[in-house]
Amino acid sequence: MARAPTTTDAFNAVAEPRRRQILDALAAGERPVNDLVETLGVAQPQVSKHLRVLREVGAVDARDDGRRRLYRLNGAALKPIYDWVSNYEALWTDRFEQLDLVLDDLKRKEQGDGGDD
Amino acid sequence: MAVTTSSKARVTLPTDEQILIEREFDAPRHLVYKAYTTPELVRQWWHAKRGEVTLVEIDLRVGGKWRYVMTACGGPEVGFHGEYREIVPNERIISTEMFEGVPEGVSEEDATTLNTATFSETDGRTRLTILVEARNKVARDAIIQSGMEAGLQDALELLEQIAVSLR
Repeated sequence: MARAPTTTDAFNAVAEPRRRQILDALAAGERPVNDLVETLGVAQPQVSKHLRVLREVGAVDARDDGRRRLYRLNGAALKPIYDWVSNYEALWTDRFEQLDLVLDDLKRKEQGDGGDD
Repeated sequence: MAVTTSSKARVTLPTDEQILIEREFDAPRHLVYKAYTTPELVRQWWHAKRGEVTLVEIDLRVGGKWRYVMTACGGPEVGFHGEYREIVPNERIISTEMFEGVPEGVSEEDATTLNTATFSETDGRTRLTILVEARNKVARDAIIQSGMEAGLQDALELLEQIAVSLR
């Protein structure tokens, strides 16, 4: 099956490092574009271009506030990515919990100075 | 959330090709390293409570091979193997890793990652970081993508397997 084009695919849209920076910045709350320009240190046309891609996949919503346009994160569109990461994170969390048990065992043995188990 | 032991693994995506896994252990690093590199011990933790580890082979030297196999509850065997590229005892292990059950549409090459495990000790506690590097962004995206094309329920199950392959 063909890969989805960038503009319809949240994974691809979010894979771009600048766009991830924008999402990180918006995670703290709703912000106008000038704010993002300042935070990222990137020219406004660039930021606007990235915001357009993020809006197209629904990762970011915009609303007008007087003369300003405010952008905010849309968590629902990012859920597939969150699910992926959280599955992976859960695997390692469980794996490391087992490793904790092994380490407790090793520590006990070492404190016993290699003597009786 | 009252008594938090902060035992969650932390997973982040530093770049388009990378996955970073981090966790601190209440043990000196020579023990964490030992648990990480001794077959009988790996058998005890690598299953992540999702099944049984059926094989662990570790030839811990540069150029040496490793292979882990487990059976997920009720599922088929899944295997992973690779080669050690760099070994600094108690400090760092760099190895390749390939998932043997590559999802459809992903080449074996693209299913191979370069993994760097780093052990650092502070006050008797050890921070373990595992940096997983896929060949390129397309490789990582393709692996993720192949999971998302299945139905939602299947996707979540597949994603878990794929996530394992990225370890």
